[in-house]
This record gives sequence, C-alpha cells and structure tokens, in this order.
Amino acid sequence: MKNSILSKVFYFYYDGFKSMTIGKTLWMIIIIKLFIMFFIFRLFLFPNYLKSKFNNDQERSNHVLEQLINTQ
Amino acid sequence: MTSTFDFTLVNWSRGLFALTAMYHWLFVPLTLGLAFIQAIMETIYVKTGDPHWKKTTKFWMTLFGINFAIGVATGIILEFEFGTNWSNYSWFVGDIFGAPLAIEGIFAFFLESTFIAVMFFGWNKLSKKFHLLSTWLVAFGASLSALWILVANAWMQYPVGMVFNPETARNEMSNFWDILFSPMAVNKFLHTISSSYLLGSIFVIGVSSWYLLKKREILLAKRSILVAAVFGLITAFYTILTGDGSAKVIAEKQPMKFAAFEGLQHGHEGVGLIAIGMMATTPDDPEYENIKDFHFKIEIPNFLSYMAFGDFKAYVPGVRDLLDGNEKYGIMGAKEKIEKGKIAINALAEFKQAKNDNDHEKAELAKAVLDENWEYFGYGYIDDPNLLVPSIPITFYSFHLMVALGFFFFLLMVIFLFLLYKDRIEKSKFWLRLAIASIPLAYIASQSGWVTAEMGRQPWVIQDIMPTMVAVSHVNDTTVKITFWLFALLFTLLFIAEIKIMSRQIKIGPKDGGQ
Repeated sequence: MKNSILSKVFYFYYDGFKSMTIGKTLWMIIIIKLFIMFFIFRLFLFPNYLKSKFNNDQERSNHVLEQLINTQ
Repeated sequence: MTSTFDFTLVNWSRGLFALTAMYHWLFVPLTLGLAFIQAIMETIYVKTGDPHWKKTTKFWMTLFGINFAIGVATGIILEFEFGTNWSNYSWFVGDIFGAPLAIEGIFAFFLESTFIAVMFFGWNKLSKKFHLLSTWLVAFGASLSALWILVANAWMQYPVGMVFNPETARNEMSNFWDILFSPMAVNKFLHTISSSYLLGSIFVIGVSSWYLLKKREILLAKRSILVAAVFGLITAFYTILTGDGSAKVIAEKQPMKFAAFEGLQHGHEGVGLIAIGMMATTPDDPEYENIKDFHFKIEIPNFLSYMAFGDFKAYVPGVRDLLDGNEKYGIMGAKEKIEKGKIAINALAEFKQAKNDNDHEKAELAKAVLDENWEYFGYGYIDDPNLLVPSIPITFYSFHLMVALGFFFFLLMVIFLFLLYKDRIEKSKFWLRLAIASIPLAYIASQSGWVTAEMGRQPWVIQDIMPTMVAVSHVNDTTVKITFWLFALLFTLLFIAEIKIMSRQIKIGPKDGGQ
C-alpha cells in the first residue's frame, strides 16, 4: 500500500519531468544559477561576517556593542 | 562622528543591495499577478468545461513557469548580503527579521514548490477540482510568501513590537502581532501585492494586444484581455486605495519621507499636491544643501493635506520644520534629537562598562537613561542635520512617476473594458500598441515604488534607531565592488534569458503551450 503511494508520487514527478518541453531549458537555467549562487557566490563572496570572525554569540554581541558605542 | 564612516564602503554596499533587490523584483510581481490570473482562467474552465479556457490557462501558465523558474532563488542573495555586508544590522535586528524570513522560507518551499509541481504535472492525472485547488494554492502561497518579507521591511520603516536588550545588542520580539498588524505592514503588503496583480494584468493585456495586432489567437487574446482587464481594474482601484492608506501612515510615522515625496520645504495648513513639477539642481540656502526649490510646479490646492491626514486644512510639516523644529505644531528639531541620541549611546556605553564592573546599580541607571532616549538612538550618529534629508529629487520624481502611472493604468483598464464591450478592440490599433508599451511602464512603476520607499527613508536602515552607515560590515570595499559587477553580469544574463525565452514562447503561442 505504502509502496503503491510512493510509486504513484514517484511516477507523477518522473512522467512530469519526462514530458517537459521548455521546462528542460528552464531546469538547466535553475541548476546553473543555483550552482553559481550557492557554490561560488556563497562560498567565496559571502562569508557570514560575524560567524567567520568570532567564535560565539558573546563575542559577536561584544563586537556589535563596540561598533554601536565606538562610533560615538 | 559621521566622518568616521567609510562612505565608499557604505555606498557600494547599498548599491549591491539595491541592484540585487531591483533585479529580484523584476521577477516577483509578475509571478504574483499571473498566479491569480491563471487561477481565475482555470476556474472559468472548470465551471464552463470549455476546452479553450484550458488552452488559455495552460498558455499563461507556461509564461508563469518561465518567469518563476528564472526568478526563483534570486531573493536568497539578499539574505547572503545581510550576513556579509550588513552584519551589524543583522545582529541588531535579531529574531524580528529572522522569524518572518524563516516563515517565508518554509511557506515558499512547502506550499509553492509542492503545488507548483502539481499544477504543472497534474493536468491529466488529477481531478479538475483538485488541480484547480493546487493552482489557487500557488496563487495564495506566492502572496503569503511576499507577506513575510514585506512585514520585515515594514518593521524597518516603523519599528514596533520589540525591546532592545543592551546586554546582547539585539532587539527582541515582544509582540509578534504588533509587528504583523502594524499599519505600515498592512498597507505595505496590500499596496505591494495589489500593484503586482495590476502588473500581471498589464502583462496579459500587452501580450494579448500583440496577438490582436498580428491577427493571431483572436479568441484567446480577447478572453485574456477580458479577465485581465476586470482583474486589473479591481486591483488598480485597490492599488490607489492602499497607496492612499500608505501615504497616511508615512505622513504620520515617516514625516521626512512624506515631505520629500513633495519636495515640501516649509510646512503649512492646506498644502497642495504637486501634479507636475521640476526641481532646481542647486539649493536656495547653502546651509541646507539637500533642500532644493522648484523651477516650476502645478499644484492641486489643499490635496496633500487631505492625502496625509484626511483633512483639506491639515498642517503638513516641511523638511525645514523637521530639521529646525516647530514649536507651534510640537515638532522637535534635529539638534534636540541628535542630543538625545548621543545621550542614549553614552548610556549604552555606561551600561556596558557597569556590567563589566559588576555594578548593578549603575547599570540600572544607565539602562533607564537608554530606555528614556531610545526612540532617538540613531540620531546620536548624525553630526550634520543635512544627513537627515533623503535625496529629494529622486524621492520626488520616483513618487510622482509611480502615482502618475498608477492612474494611467486604471484608465487603461477602463478603456480596454469599454473597447471589449463595444467590440472594437481588434480595430483599436493605437490602444493595442499602447498596451504593449505599457508592459515596461508597469515595471518602471513597480520599481519606482520601491525607489520611493527605500530612498525616501534614508538615512535610516531602521527608522530613527539605526542609520544605514552604522549597519554596514567593515569588509574590504574592493570585494563589494567585484561582487557588484559579478551580480550585474549574472542578473543581466538572467534578465536577457527571461526576455528571450518568454518572447520565443509568445511567438510560438498556445499550440505548444505545455510545460
């Protein structure tokens, strides 16, 4: 019973993707775009500033407090 | 104090965020608008059983799919930028910004992703009614996703429902419902989604007009225009109504932005709304370098007062009143606010020192002073009151462009419905061509709305609490510049791909309009 539902869901998506026309081009664009965003931009251009510079939330709090106070 | 900030870094970080947000917003409004239009068309198909409505629905659904696929995840970059370029801001806003964004992510993923697949793949596999339900769920899911990000944005314009914790330097949510139902959030959400629905309508009418000019797909075009023009007329009216609601909230909560909308220097009672105007490039008074007068202007008498406060005789403060103060109308001047801001920042420093010294009594006293002056906290970072004035020409022109186009679109919907009613639409070449030209105009209006909202609130990233320059991370500005140009390249390629694929699919027409 469970297998039958799972296989129905599987074939629903499988047939859907198989019968795509313009969708294949779009999926290529989506995959390339996500690769550029997550594996190039995210890794090399967008490190999380506070997480990469400080080890814990206490240090992060202190840093931001310093920023807020020391511009005074 | 402002001299201590690296404005090259601040401006490039702002530019990067603006570029990302504006490109992202090229895709979002069409998704929101088309989602409802295709759901209405499918409802007619299910009600009438006419297969031509199915063909029509599937055609627009294909264009929806192209736009969705190319635009999907472009907004995630904005979240990356919060962590990298706006780390002080991200930390400072804490869970207030995080919670709506997390809800948005979950909603977008489960509701949209699941039912979009059902909508595209389920045509001949599911019952008509279940398929229709999935199409409507995609439409509502897309708008609900937009709700959360717009709530977060509205909070930045009117911060409510939070308490600042000076020990952690974070704002903590004290009342979720205050944030969700703040008048700024309600109006912003309704105005943004209704204008997006209108953009979707204009897109459908524009593309259908092209078919009519080419004498192709006549029935599909006429039926599409009928649905889009009715939907467009309702949403154009609602956009004007919610725009008026937004103006009233802004007049109350962000008076400087409201004064910038109209380039209003000196406030008075019964202020007129500028219908057409051209601003001077140089200031009248060198002391107020950001305030410029008009070369010429044509006003609708008393209308700005009505727009702001629902009273034709109401007093509307000008930029100079907000900077210098106006005792008669109880307006505090910038210098006093700056003083209070400095007191608040000093109190924060004293609180931190007292905590380090384990002096609880002194910490409590400092906290009381901080709380008392908290609403002016951000002013403490401002040395020159001129910095409190946003770019008036940009705010003025973008606001007026948005409003003028909004009224034009309302008129366009009325005209198209009239032409359909008189059965003269195929012969009305002027209006068909104008409808095609209105597609880019709809995008310009939509982008102008965001320019008005975001440029008009400068210098604040959080109104009165945090100026943009304090929010920025101290990263290398060369990295920000490189990222900016890489993004400009990537997003331009995506935009070209969108136009090319969309145009090709429109030329092919509905015959091959599958997935």
